[in-house]
Amino acid sequence: MATRTEAISPETINPSQRSRSLGSLTIRRLFKQRNAIVGLTILTILLLIAVFSPQIAPYDPELVLIGIEDVGKRESPCIHLLGCPEDQPQHIMGIDGNFRDQFSRVIYGTRVSLFIGFSTIGLAVIIGSLIGAVSGYLGGWADNVIMRFMDVILAFPSFLLAIAIITVLGRGLQNALYAIAVVNIPVFARLMRASVLSLKEQEFVAASRALGASPFRLLFARILPNAAPTLIVQATLSIASAILEAAALSFLGLGAQPPTPEWGTMLGSERNQVFTSPHLVFFPGIAIMITVLAFNLLGDGIRDALDPRLAQTTKS
Amino acid sequence: MAATEKRSSGKGNEDLVEVRNLVKYFPVTEGVLKRKVGNIRAVDDVSFAIKRGETLGLVGESGCGKTTVSQTMLRLTEPTSGEVLFQGENIFDKNGRDLMEMRRKVQIVFQDPYASLDPRLTIGAAIEEGLIIHKMGNSEERVETVLDMLKLVGLEEYHAGRFPHEFSGGQRQRIGIARALVLSPEFIILDEPVSALDVSIQAQVLNILKELQERLKLTYMFVAHNLAVVEHISDRVAVMYLGRLVEVTTQEELFGRPLHPYTQALLSAIPVPDPTRKRERTILAGDVPSPLNPPSGCRFHPRCPIARLGHCSIEDPQLRELRPGHWVACHYAEDFL
Repeated sequence: MATRTEAISPETINPSQRSRSLGSLTIRRLFKQRNAIVGLTILTILLLIAVFSPQIAPYDPELVLIGIEDVGKRESPCIHLLGCPEDQPQHIMGIDGNFRDQFSRVIYGTRVSLFIGFSTIGLAVIIGSLIGAVSGYLGGWADNVIMRFMDVILAFPSFLLAIAIITVLGRGLQNALYAIAVVNIPVFARLMRASVLSLKEQEFVAASRALGASPFRLLFARILPNAAPTLIVQATLSIASAILEAAALSFLGLGAQPPTPEWGTMLGSERNQVFTSPHLVFFPGIAIMITVLAFNLLGDGIRDALDPRLAQTTKS
Repeated sequence: MAATEKRSSGKGNEDLVEVRNLVKYFPVTEGVLKRKVGNIRAVDDVSFAIKRGETLGLVGESGCGKTTVSQTMLRLTEPTSGEVLFQGENIFDKNGRDLMEMRRKVQIVFQDPYASLDPRLTIGAAIEEGLIIHKMGNSEERVETVLDMLKLVGLEEYHAGRFPHEFSGGQRQRIGIARALVLSPEFIILDEPVSALDVSIQAQVLNILKELQERLKLTYMFVAHNLAVVEHISDRVAVMYLGRLVEVTTQEELFGRPLHPYTQALLSAIPVPDPTRKRERTILAGDVPSPLNPPSGCRFHPRCPIARLGHCSIEDPQLRELRPGHWVACHYAEDFL
């Protein structure tokens, strides 16, 4: 980032003297929040599962087991520890409607969902904050035009808008990602604009301007780093809702298409068998819930850690 | 008196900065269509000059336009009309390299030491920023300059790696001074640099400012509402009321023989630490009128103890030189001669 052009950092001046930036103070506070710790722990586990899916999953998630193993369609879970006969192959979450190992599919689904969450919100944060920063910095009629357009997007129920976008682009996971990203842009644009508006009146920004800093430098070296905390909180919470939206789109058959192991798709394809084989909707549902919960807990934790009212109490 | 000595040892009577007929209106708009309904006349036709090496105190109540004047002189806001000449050149005609050169020579120290430092920058980096913007020196030279600056304002080298939240108000204000000094400017605007500090710290910062002025041959404009502080540091003082200058003179004249009734009222409000001394207090009635709709004629007439009906409310008094170097904008200032 632009701020890295400064030659002076705590390390170059006084390696012996530990000095704490606001960022590191926030992280210390974050680790004192029970919410955040729980969220962060779950998230770490989910990330590990996503990375090591091939090692954890006993089967290929798209492998149809007809002719390979003697299993029935939508067979109940068979866990050796819980008394399932040793001579039968173990399927701890059972078999799905297409003779595939449900456990492997749920494990691989972690990859898809985390990818959806991070990529959509990443895109929304970048585009949204750029729009908001420009809008807030320019002000005047440009600001008006941009923000009214954002208001129009915001006025649509986000899910309906996502469906409309997919209708235009065509169904599929990639288009669903674009749709969710677009739907999330206005939130970040608004947030960034508000930060820029309040920060650009700050005296330290005026001081930089008096030193001769260019608008580019003011925006990227002074304003953006100070606006980042609010964006991070909102992004974490938005990832949760993005995962939920993606799952919902897939459930409706608009997002990830079978045989992709996506939790929403898995729920959607087995929705008529809820009463006959509940394990096929239970496990993907639980997986969605845990992931969304983790991001929500973490987002709340970060928000509390950044709260200026708490800043005084844990000052070292 | 130290002030007179300093002035005679300065570089003569050359004007470093000259403000000519400066006007700044802020439009007031209403409704969705942003219809203009009026102007806030923050600064209304202000002219003064600052000589090289001197300190001009600019005093006035809150909202009288002091800060707007200083912001305009830095070109942080554009004026409605008027000129600010720095070394004989109008700063509003400058752009590109000339503007950068002006920015290097004119600096500011802000009022609030808590808001004027970026909380995410180490103070070393904050001081260094000016050098980076003006591409002065390589990184080792810059570090050296920054450390010199810290020593100059009485801070230690190891402070460079610390963050603003680790400092007290007085220390932060000294960091602000170091940041302003790093480009070796000629003219520094001090926008109420001590009003946010404790009294004991105020003296410390003021002494540093005085010392630096003598060592580095700086020219100051000291904006304040505290007359005691202004008396301590200024060579000349300009008094502002509702966007206008009402009196401009030397520090001794202003505090010895104020000629404007507003200045007299301000001076009589300074507490004197002597319980036996009886003072005559001039108490002003009412509040400062709104700059949106300033009074006709002399802007001070609704609150003035000597205003005369039918004259002060009609005719706008101009600055007149009643004594050598003593300018007053009052129709009846002769009464106090």
